[in-house]
Amino acid sequence: MNQSQKSPAMKTQLRPSTLAKQALPWVVPISLLIVWQWASSAGILPSRFLPSPRAVVTSFIELSASGELWMHVRVSTLRALAGFAVGGGLGLLLGLLTGSLHWAETLLDTTIQMIRNIPPLALIPLVILWFGIDESAKLFLVALGVFFPVYINTFHGIRSVDRGLLEMGRTYGLSGWPLYREIILPGALPSILVGVRFSLGLMWVILIVAETISARSGIGYMTMNAREFMQTDVMVVGILLYAILGKLADLLAKGLERYWLRWNPAYQAAR
Amino acid sequence: MSVAIKNVSIAFGERTVLEDFDVDISAGEFVAIVGRSGCGKSTLLRSVVGLETPRTGTIILGNVAEHSGKPDVRVMFQDSRLLPWRRILPNVMLGLEPALLPHARKVLAQVGLAERANDWPATLSGGQRQRVALARALVHDPNLLLLDEPLGSLDALTRIEMQQLIEDVWRSRGFTAMLVTHDVAEAISLADRVISIEGGRVALDEVVNIPRPRTRGSARFAALEERILGRVLQRRSVF
Repeated sequence: MNQSQKSPAMKTQLRPSTLAKQALPWVVPISLLIVWQWASSAGILPSRFLPSPRAVVTSFIELSASGELWMHVRVSTLRALAGFAVGGGLGLLLGLLTGSLHWAETLLDTTIQMIRNIPPLALIPLVILWFGIDESAKLFLVALGVFFPVYINTFHGIRSVDRGLLEMGRTYGLSGWPLYREIILPGALPSILVGVRFSLGLMWVILIVAETISARSGIGYMTMNAREFMQTDVMVVGILLYAILGKLADLLAKGLERYWLRWNPAYQAAR
Repeated sequence: MSVAIKNVSIAFGERTVLEDFDVDISAGEFVAIVGRSGCGKSTLLRSVVGLETPRTGTIILGNVAEHSGKPDVRVMFQDSRLLPWRRILPNVMLGLEPALLPHARKVLAQVGLAERANDWPATLSGGQRQRVALARALVHDPNLLLLDEPLGSLDALTRIEMQQLIEDVWRSRGFTAMLVTHDVAEAISLADRVISIEGGRVALDEVVNIPRPRTRGSARFAALEERILGRVLQRRSVF
């Protein structure tokens, strides 16, 4: 009663300020875009350094109309996902193993921590030697890169499951797989998802480098190819595509978090 | 189900918590265990359900001959320990066959939370969470219910409400109950027998002869509370 009387007045009061608040973050990027376009049209910014925003949009439309763009996006996405599936899957499995079984931790963890200190990109010369510039080279690099964040966070997640809940589960007769399914896995999930989100970001970074150095298709190839012909507009399209794909991957991970962790008030409030 | 605790000693490293501890609890009895914090009352309860292993001595649940399988013991902890990733009804169903869903609903209704069946534990108040924890324990129809300061973190009014609920359930179902508490009044209002632990042994084993339902204001209640409190606090002057 009291609330329903109050709320219309509150809303009219709040509306202009929330609108301004929503618009505020966009002021700087939009102004930059305007300045960029103006500098290009005025000839201050030569197109061999940076194309105008309009040229980028035109080039994007042309490339996507011819289907060339989508072919490259598809190739890159498939590479990224395949590498993520292999590396993330292995990281999850080994993390669950070493997190749950002490002998597995003793056996494997030291080795994994040692390998973790090698930056995956430092292996590029060796990887080219082993796999050539084949698909498997990119798959290997991405898989290796995403393995560690997933592994470490899974291990940590399993180890930090609430002892009280485990104890409760045992007094309720849970053990083995039911205990794992009801308490250990859901308890480790927030941490596992942090690892997934982190490795999704890493996945694109590694793929960009791998594709730029050696590829015959994919967004990285398209961008490097455009450099040969000084097509700066195509290069910018490629760079923006990476940004968009990276953002999409992050949104996906966020969506998973919000769905799987909807019981957790910390993830309900987050926007 | 009866509980026979014989010569039980429990130690953590150098520190002995219980020493040659003896208590017999008969089936259907409601026993409260009081004592100062750190006296070993929670440890005693945990050893009954197998969460601690006594260094020496034995704990026998029920008549050994009549029990072939695992005895039906359930614990209520001080924190509700509900699974935050399960809604209320699935929490009550923990470790239960899916076919018993109607039964779980009924027990949830008994603790007065039927309409919260589909909510997340995070949205419930502390008292409501303990009610769900009670329902989760009761749904298994335990022969022995262990209560490890289950009301310790609740406000005074919710406490009294929960005490009534526990007493009602115990009277209608007739299980054996062991309640660990630091609240002497709570012990007297619920238990048939109050045991206090001091120095790892039974310091006091008092039968509460006040007819139920017990009112806290009565002279007998107050006198008994005074006596037990005096006994629990007495040692303090020595230290």
